[in-house]
Amino acid sequence: MRAMVYRGPYKVRVEEKDIPPIEHPNDAIVAVQLAAICGSDLHLYHGMMPDTRVGMTFGHEFIGVVHEVGPSVQNLKPGDRVMVPFNIYCGSCYFCARGLYSNCHNVNPNATAVGGIYGYSHTCGGYDGGQAEFVRVPFADVGPAVIPDWMSDEDALMCTDALATGYFGAQLGDIAEGDVVVVFGAGPVGLYAAASSWLMGAGRVIVVDYLDYRLEKARTFANAEIVNFAEYDDIVVEMKTTTGGLGADVVIDAVGAEADGNLLQHVTSAKLKMQGGSPIALNWAIDSVRKGGTVSVMGAYGPMFSAVKFGDAMNKGLTLRMNQCPVKRQWPRLFSHIQNGYLKPSDIVTHRIPLDHIAEGYHIFSGKLDNCIKPVIVPSAAA
Amino acid sequence: MTYTADHPPVPSSEELRARIPGWGADLDPADRPSVPKCQALDTGARWDFPERQPEKWPRERSIEHQMLTPVFGTSTPPRGLSGVIRRHAYRKYSEGRAAHWLLLILADRVDAAESHVQSVLSASPDNPITESGIKAEFTYKGWQDRSRPNRVDRAHAWMDPLIVGGPWLLGGAAAATAVVKGAKLVTRRSR
Repeated sequence: MRAMVYRGPYKVRVEEKDIPPIEHPNDAIVAVQLAAICGSDLHLYHGMMPDTRVGMTFGHEFIGVVHEVGPSVQNLKPGDRVMVPFNIYCGSCYFCARGLYSNCHNVNPNATAVGGIYGYSHTCGGYDGGQAEFVRVPFADVGPAVIPDWMSDEDALMCTDALATGYFGAQLGDIAEGDVVVVFGAGPVGLYAAASSWLMGAGRVIVVDYLDYRLEKARTFANAEIVNFAEYDDIVVEMKTTTGGLGADVVIDAVGAEADGNLLQHVTSAKLKMQGGSPIALNWAIDSVRKGGTVSVMGAYGPMFSAVKFGDAMNKGLTLRMNQCPVKRQWPRLFSHIQNGYLKPSDIVTHRIPLDHIAEGYHIFSGKLDNCIKPVIVPSAAA
Repeated sequence: MTYTADHPPVPSSEELRARIPGWGADLDPADRPSVPKCQALDTGARWDFPERQPEKWPRERSIEHQMLTPVFGTSTPPRGLSGVIRRHAYRKYSEGRAAHWLLLILADRVDAAESHVQSVLSASPDNPITESGIKAEFTYKGWQDRSRPNRVDRAHAWMDPLIVGGPWLLGGAAAATAVVKGAKLVTRRSR
């Protein structure tokens, strides 16, 4: 099969690999129809995530058709069109039994602090991902679900991570009716978090970024007010000014490890790998939220320490909430919102790229070129 | 406000409901999919503890785990010097130690160097031009987009070509130096 492989920081190529075998009785092998590049894939691509090995296939957002199932699989059969949450989880450990699917303890021998994620380094379990023609899907009776007939491929693809994560981020904000919500980052997760904030009763939604084309998308897709932080000397002061001096009730960090806006923080984290991530967006969130407010962290950070302004968070009496999204918990409600037309996930897809051109896909997404917001990868077998 | 008890004004709920499709559909905080945080749900699992996946090589694992997890990824087993470093990082240091992560990042860089050297000797050598996707700078309006105002990433984007190309230039220079020195040595001996 054809598969994307990592060749070192900023380098990927497509190679021939063996079709993955069934390794556990509850495995399925899925023929990938569509995959996406996630903003968090860029942390791998840039060499920021420890234990990212040359030869690994990335990709934790994908849908496809079941090609083969293991002997204990009961809920799926070959030919089923399935969407696969980015979390790999057993469904039975202490954490899964409490709905914390993203914190599963039975799928990642390499770390206890994070569950299993497809194609996301050995720190997340060492599984190859879905930017390939075929992918191994463990616990086929637990994670994947048959895509509803009425749902489009691209909508289903967005449900596997970005939409669910954005919606989850808004929930972690504990938004109450009339709250002012600020979202840092107008990438896919930020756009979905902004759109979801309205569903939870936000009174104002303000999206902050520095890329005008993404801010314009936040205005049209998420009905948000937009602020370009590059136009202000101090974005925290602007956030206070626009909220009557109070600060936002809820701030969502949808940026994560490679935040721009402070060269020192960016270089020490993204280039020199001296921090788990550049915490500039998180620090802006802590300083922009009102005292007693809530910061929801959806941006992905590495396992190393980061220079977070924890004293401000303590002194302001903030609630900090965060987790990798337990995707499947969100699906029934998201399906309803999509059917009702409240959320239109595929509206943010900007690029459809053949698998064989995936190096260009990573380059434009990483460089934020060609007005790229969400690139979708089409494996050659599905094209 | 701020110095009084008032919340800054926001549009009325009626106005928002009329303007934003679905506004307030999840208004009740208790009726949201992730509330409460911990809840028992039907996951589809029919086991208390999953059947074990065969371990085909000694699988490295965090020392914070009490055993090898029943299911694990089998991509890219550790190999070469980078594999030695990775195994040491897992065997010696918990996830709570910076040494664990710093050694793994070091192993990643060693792995990249090992793989590039190996590829040069193979039928499909690495090509930093195609693998970096730099063609997109010309086919996807790269230069135009980078020159737009407010691109704060310009402050560090110049470092990326050095990160991608630097090791190749250094490797090439080292190889050229070795060839020249070798040639000089041969010439000297033949005199």
